[in-house]
Amino acid sequence: MRSQTRTALLFASPWFIGFSLFLAYPVVASLYYSMCDYSVLRPPVWVGMHNFRNLMKDEVFWISLKNTAIYAGMALPLGMATAIALALLLNTKVRGMTIYRTIFFLPSLVPTIPLAVLWLWVFNGEHGILNEVLRRVGLPAPNWLSDTAWSKPALALMALWGAGNAMVIYLAGLQDVPTEMYEAAELDGAGWWARTRNVTLPFLSPVILFNGIMGIIGTLQVFAEPYVMFPGGSPARSTYFYTMYLFDNAFIYHKMGYACAMGWIMFLIILVLTLVALRVSEKHVHYQGG
Amino acid sequence: MGHNHGAMARSLLTPLAVVVLVLAAWYSEMVVRVPEPPGPVVVTYWEKWTSFEGDAMRAVVDAFNRKQNKVFVKLLTISGIENKTLMAVAGGNPPDVAGLYGPNVAQYADDRAVLPLDDFCAEYGISAAQYIPCYWDIGVYRGRVYSLPTTPASTALHYNRTMLREAGLDPDRPPRTIEELDAYADKIFQRGDRGRIVRAGFMPAEPGWWNWGWGCIFGGKLWDGKTKITANAPENVRAFEWIQSYSRKYGATDLQTFRSGFGNFSSPQNAFLSSQVAMELQGVWMHNFITMYAPGLDWGASPFPHPSDRPDLANSTFVDEDVLVIPRGARHPKEAFAFIAFVQSQEGMELLCMGQRKHSPLVKVSDRFWKTHPNPYVRLFADLAYSPNAIAPPKLPLWPEYGAELNNAFDQIALLKKSPKEALDAVQERMQPKLDDYIRVARLRGDEP
Repeated sequence: MRSQTRTALLFASPWFIGFSLFLAYPVVASLYYSMCDYSVLRPPVWVGMHNFRNLMKDEVFWISLKNTAIYAGMALPLGMATAIALALLLNTKVRGMTIYRTIFFLPSLVPTIPLAVLWLWVFNGEHGILNEVLRRVGLPAPNWLSDTAWSKPALALMALWGAGNAMVIYLAGLQDVPTEMYEAAELDGAGWWARTRNVTLPFLSPVILFNGIMGIIGTLQVFAEPYVMFPGGSPARSTYFYTMYLFDNAFIYHKMGYACAMGWIMFLIILVLTLVALRVSEKHVHYQGG
Repeated sequence: MGHNHGAMARSLLTPLAVVVLVLAAWYSEMVVRVPEPPGPVVVTYWEKWTSFEGDAMRAVVDAFNRKQNKVFVKLLTISGIENKTLMAVAGGNPPDVAGLYGPNVAQYADDRAVLPLDDFCAEYGISAAQYIPCYWDIGVYRGRVYSLPTTPASTALHYNRTMLREAGLDPDRPPRTIEELDAYADKIFQRGDRGRIVRAGFMPAEPGWWNWGWGCIFGGKLWDGKTKITANAPENVRAFEWIQSYSRKYGATDLQTFRSGFGNFSSPQNAFLSSQVAMELQGVWMHNFITMYAPGLDWGASPFPHPSDRPDLANSTFVDEDVLVIPRGARHPKEAFAFIAFVQSQEGMELLCMGQRKHSPLVKVSDRFWKTHPNPYVRLFADLAYSPNAIAPPKLPLWPEYGAELNNAFDQIALLKKSPKEALDAVQERMQPKLDDYIRVARLRGDEP
């Protein structure tokens, strides 16, 4: 028996070794470095809570946090609503539905960097296709990329491009809604909206919670798209997000300790938000058979 | 018995597997670290350049490798060179030579990430006297040499002669003072339907690479060289007021809309190459892009204008260079420097600078170089580099952060979100404590700044 355990451990060891070396160790080390003055190139010097105290006084830290919160506040509800709406639409019984599903999922397969470059053209204030359409229908055509008021909404709109991933998860969730529930509701005279509200959404609620938490994590860590599209968080730092300041501190300013402290603060923020989401959901999430 | 035997075999299996793993790891390390074969010492060299600039350096490397048989340089093209060199030094496995950017030198030297080269320079007879002063100076940090130049660059006003002519201006008489520049700009400026800007004479935000440095054009300093940040010096405020005057007279939003229609720098839709902006501060490299994307452009270059009340600031130019360093932990620093020294020779340097179509950072330049150089203004750029008003970013390890703050201040005043004084006061307030902190830590470490 013991030797069986040993064999099992042996076979699992590549994972254990990989996990310890490439995940557990960096996580623990970053906690230590967050309390050090550490430039990467010189040995770390212990400074206690100095980095955290400085962060609290750092104006740019607060700007980046505020930008991130505003972006998440726009992108998360917008993204979830779009994904649910698409999933509901794609769950109807129409001929050739698999083709539609594929079409709506395809955009999320485009790699981030080409996507960002592509959207730079879509959002171009003078020649962009979006503004071309807006002008045709007589709407104001803002400078999406260079106006501080429009740069964050532009990114939130762009994030919808990747709604396909969440959509597929919602679609899977929709398959689990028992048809007899719909039949019962129909017998009671419930219309489409009443059925959606009282049958579909409650059954979908665990999936919504899951996607919501993943969305919190994803939107708060937005990095690649703004990093490519808005160098230095331009214009006037309106798109300077938390992860961008973290990256600059770590790799441009060589303040790895400071960056690690930022990483841990982000971890705590996400942890607290997730716990709040779980707590709030207790009343509203219905688990089948639970 | 048989059962026991199997158990024993299994219990042996674990240590055996561990031994195999360790051996494999050790062997793979051996394979990676090939024991030096007899023959030339292989020097690894990381460089950022691609395309014709990369080809120019490859030609120099090939020339060096052909010339002697003791050292063989292996050139690798690496993107994000400064970050990868940082990580490689931290990981203890850096290349022998790395091609960083000039403004990296202070930061990397301060962190002891690159080796001082003074002894090597002395050995090879390389000294300041052989270089245009500003280009030698970029590699010096706290009195020691940490890098030597590859290709340098200085900047000048580039102007579109056709656009000047169309505005009734003399294309042979480019503006000499800031006031003339403004007057020229106003004459060239045009609006089209619905009041949209269709043509500009000059825009301080274009191309936007020296947004931090306009104060220097007005005689300002960003740092006193010791303990004081001088972001809000009167000259710097004056420069930012000048920048803001463009947003006020043409409209910040209108300028923004106009700018948002410009294509990438390296494309025919570039604002200058597509005749949308008539006058731009640009470097010696601009000629390459003109040849590539707008060969028919009728253009000229002249020293960037100075404020009319400060004739002493004539011939202001931003100077920068790419540099070669030997990272800390390099396996073959001696052989690495043999290669660097070859690049510093007149032969190596002219091969490189001609290939990249820049001027040479060396004082001694061959007649052939001048005669065959394709850029008709190459002498202007070389002469400007000798100017006492050559401007390089301050050699502060916290410059990347300081520069980001200045760029942000530029955005804020160009968008009329803050007054120049407010914006620069904010930079001052933010950076001075950081410099104080840096000096305090440096003293604690024992490296007196």
